[in-house]
Amino acid sequence: MTVAAESAAGAASLVQSIDWLAVAPPTITAVVALIVLVADLFVPEHRKPLLGGIAIAGLVAALLTLIPLRAGDRSTFCLTTDAAVCSYTADHFALVIQLLVLGGALLTALISLHDSRKLPVGEYWFLLLASAAGAALLPASRDLATLVVALEVASLPAFALVGLRRGDRLSSEAALKFFLSSVTATAVMLLGVSFVYAATGTLHLTRIAAELGHVPGQLDTLAKAGVALTLVGFAFKTAAAPFHFWVPDTYVGAPLPIAAYLSVVGKAVGFSGLILVTVIAFPSYREVWGPVLAVIAALTMTLGNAAALRQSATRAWSAVRLLAWSSVGQAGYLLVPIAAAAYAGGDRIGSTVAYALMYAVVNLGAFAVVALVARTKPLNRLADYQGLYARQPLVALAMGFFLLCLAGLPPGIIGLFAKVTVFSAAVDAGLGWLAVVMAANVVIALYYYLQWTAALFRAPEPEAGDVAPEAGSAAPEAGGEEVAIGRPPAAVTVAIALTAAAGVALSGAPQLVLRFAGTGLF
Amino acid sequence: MIDISESVMQFLLALIVVGPLIGAVAALLPAPPGLRGTSPDQAVLRHGVTVTGAILIATIVLALGFDHDQPSKMQATTDISWIAALDVRIHLGIDGISLPLLVLTALLTFLCALYSYFKMPQGPSPKGFVALLLVLESGTLATFAVLDLVLFFLAFEMVLIPMYFLIARWGGSEGVTGGRQAAAWKFILYTLLGSVVMLLGLLLIGLNAGTFDMVALATDNGRGLSTSVQLIAVLAIGLGLAVKTPMWPLHSWLPDAHTAAPTVGSVLLAGVLLKMGTYGFVRIILPIAPDGMRTFAPYLAAFAVVGIIYGSLACLALAKRGAGGDLKRLIAYSSVGHMGFVLLGIATMTPTGVNGALFANIAHGLITGLLFFLVGAVKERYGSADLDTLAGATGAALYGRAPRLGGLLAFAAVASLGLPGLAGFWGEMLAMFGAFNPAEGLSRPAFLTFMVIAGFGTLLTAAYLLIVVRRVCMGAQPQEAPQGAPQGASRAGAPEPARFTDVQTYEFAAWTPLVALTVLAGLWPAVLLGLTDPAVQKLLAGGKS
Repeated sequence: MTVAAESAAGAASLVQSIDWLAVAPPTITAVVALIVLVADLFVPEHRKPLLGGIAIAGLVAALLTLIPLRAGDRSTFCLTTDAAVCSYTADHFALVIQLLVLGGALLTALISLHDSRKLPVGEYWFLLLASAAGAALLPASRDLATLVVALEVASLPAFALVGLRRGDRLSSEAALKFFLSSVTATAVMLLGVSFVYAATGTLHLTRIAAELGHVPGQLDTLAKAGVALTLVGFAFKTAAAPFHFWVPDTYVGAPLPIAAYLSVVGKAVGFSGLILVTVIAFPSYREVWGPVLAVIAALTMTLGNAAALRQSATRAWSAVRLLAWSSVGQAGYLLVPIAAAAYAGGDRIGSTVAYALMYAVVNLGAFAVVALVARTKPLNRLADYQGLYARQPLVALAMGFFLLCLAGLPPGIIGLFAKVTVFSAAVDAGLGWLAVVMAANVVIALYYYLQWTAALFRAPEPEAGDVAPEAGSAAPEAGGEEVAIGRPPAAVTVAIALTAAAGVALSGAPQLVLRFAGTGLF
Repeated sequence: MIDISESVMQFLLALIVVGPLIGAVAALLPAPPGLRGTSPDQAVLRHGVTVTGAILIATIVLALGFDHDQPSKMQATTDISWIAALDVRIHLGIDGISLPLLVLTALLTFLCALYSYFKMPQGPSPKGFVALLLVLESGTLATFAVLDLVLFFLAFEMVLIPMYFLIARWGGSEGVTGGRQAAAWKFILYTLLGSVVMLLGLLLIGLNAGTFDMVALATDNGRGLSTSVQLIAVLAIGLGLAVKTPMWPLHSWLPDAHTAAPTVGSVLLAGVLLKMGTYGFVRIILPIAPDGMRTFAPYLAAFAVVGIIYGSLACLALAKRGAGGDLKRLIAYSSVGHMGFVLLGIATMTPTGVNGALFANIAHGLITGLLFFLVGAVKERYGSADLDTLAGATGAALYGRAPRLGGLLAFAAVASLGLPGLAGFWGEMLAMFGAFNPAEGLSRPAFLTFMVIAGFGTLLTAAYLLIVVRRVCMGAQPQEAPQGAPQGASRAGAPEPARFTDVQTYEFAAWTPLVALTVLAGLWPAVLLGLTDPAVQKLLAGGKS
């Protein structure tokens, strides 16, 4: 019964059969990561942008392999003694999260294609792809060991990515904070996993679920402690309150695309892990984790939104800070259906998946705009966005749309309906109080999102030496000392266009993502 | 009246809802060659008039094609699945309740677009103004045309962002604490807080009944919902709608929003947006959760009559000499009073009362829309809407200086106070008549008390409106113009700054339809009641008729 062998590279066990197509999405990503790392040694300096191209091509290839898998009926690394117990399952849940994770990584790559020149290129792409490979493995893993390995594969490169801006004190500090909090989480989780293993004698999630029902009396406390500690570990990863404090500093210190990556893919990893352990492994303890998750959800959204509300517009990096805190708030909404799953059945987590898809699209879009603005206004204050419409009308319209989607107000229809599914999950599960808390939070969040949106369309503040470009040209003004800035990089523009198009398409046909809500994904 | 095939009717209704949205997108694009006009600003404002005009024509054709013999039947219905996961369907349709509101909305928006074409409010480019106006129109029309709870919520929310920007960008800051920004924030935060609570109520109904379809739910008449669910749902939905209506004591966003909004913003806010709240009461709460409503009806009625008295007293205080009352704020408070009558009518849960409420709804839209137009015109001419500045020592002497404007203002004021023969009378009378004999299960003595209080409210209403007329229209004509006048008059483009321009042609064009309809509805109430009554009877009876 080897489980350690199923690392991302896909080394085969001798006794278990492997369905290579099923494991293709994480495997391709991991292989391309290695190719980039090796190629970095041989590619001359002026050809380095090629590496970015390889990375993007690899991610697209990994995304394409999801198409033949769409039936969602494959599983592999099954026990030779029991074919129903598998370590890797490419069911609908896994595929949707893989789509989210790989798509998120692809957009991150597009945003960073230009920026990465300031960073060590080979390492950057390797780390990004390695992390994406881990993130893609995680939703498909169905035993605790694979789950922990995938989680670490996803997070370890992320620490390095956060600290990649060499010589930047803020960046190193951010990486250290992120590293320490995350390692603590892992340690706690591993302890929990070992307790659960001790109590049940198995690592496979479905078997744990069966065994937990009749744990011998003297091991009962151990099992409970194990469940609690495992959940605490995942709560750390999702940046749920009270384990959220690392988020803003990490986002501000990290390179912008990495902040985007963490806010979407990092969250998706935490959530899919949390969903897997709660809904598949620990359903018999639902009366324990249900209320706890509900309280954590309420705390997380309230704290995140309250902090986001307090961001002053003129502070340096306030735009990223606001997005960071608001992502904590959004994490709270994502937790609501998981808590509801304890009361109304595992199908509820479909709302989390649908919400996460919406959030991934619009949040990455917002980060792409922030990255674009950061090129001319390196301080990235909220005040820098004033009058964006006058300078770059299309970018400002896209940003307004993303922010209203995050707020959940028309014209961001998809944001509205994603919130409606989360609300309906809460109401359906009888968690009326949580729905009311969330309602209050939606209003708080609207305030800061709309304030930002309103600033986009306000008349620009006259600045010394700020030459307004001719209307219609999308090019930002070239500042005095920033010589390298001409047209906005094509890749970022593509990322904004892709996310905006996806957001508009989803607003017209919300069924595309909402069909995951309320259906069995496993 | 005229026979139009069902598929054309369906298309017309879909066009009415979607058309303004397409127009809004088109407004943001550069004008195609041939439609450039004299300047980009003029072209986009003309675009606004064209689109709203086309929508108005479509609405009138729809009204003509509406089968007036069966106003209780949903007509021009479209029913397509949109989001299967949430069981949300694009279900459109009109009956005798929604048709008048649809026509009112299309008419008022068109008049506003027409008025703006000649008198664009001060602010940033008209491009955004027209686009927002059209999104607003689409949202309000959709609210009255959709028959799905979730879509209703979507349409309800759709008006928030446009209205926010209209107030915050094109509004004025005089007479508002914190300026127009604060007023806009107050508007959107209040309404949103109400509407998310409403969403919870709607979801509660939808999830418990297994459908979001309003027609099916209304036919059920609450039979599929337990009493406790109905109670919570009515409380939640009612709260959201009451903020919008607005019901005392949730009205405090309204005076600021009205005072700060540009003239057309105030007209639409009073004329159309407030109706979305009362329409929700009639369309959703009455038929879908009647048991819950029966419990809360006396409270609703009590709040309604407090609102009537409170609104009138606030207006009296504002109209007093030396109070520094702003005319727009005064009319906003009078809206609180008028909407109180509407809510009282709804709370009686009788066909008479609900018909009265719907009639008062339309009448209020016409009359208050006209009043806001007129006050906007007065403000523009005098440079201020402050009653004390206007009136000076004796009065603003509008009769003498601009007799037609003065006459119209006096007309709108007496219509608003409910003079028999004009539109304001019937709705309020029927609402009180409904309270005289409320539905079974409601306490008659309580409602009789409410009726008496409401009747007292009409006296107060008459008092403050007559004071306003006296202070604005009458008075000694000053030899030289007041301080604000030259400035205001030159802005209006008058040749002689010291003299006053009376009503301009475009103003006549924008106001005449409202005056005519006010008289028509007052003299021939059957034209409206004939439409609403069968539909109301059916709604209250549920599937039984």
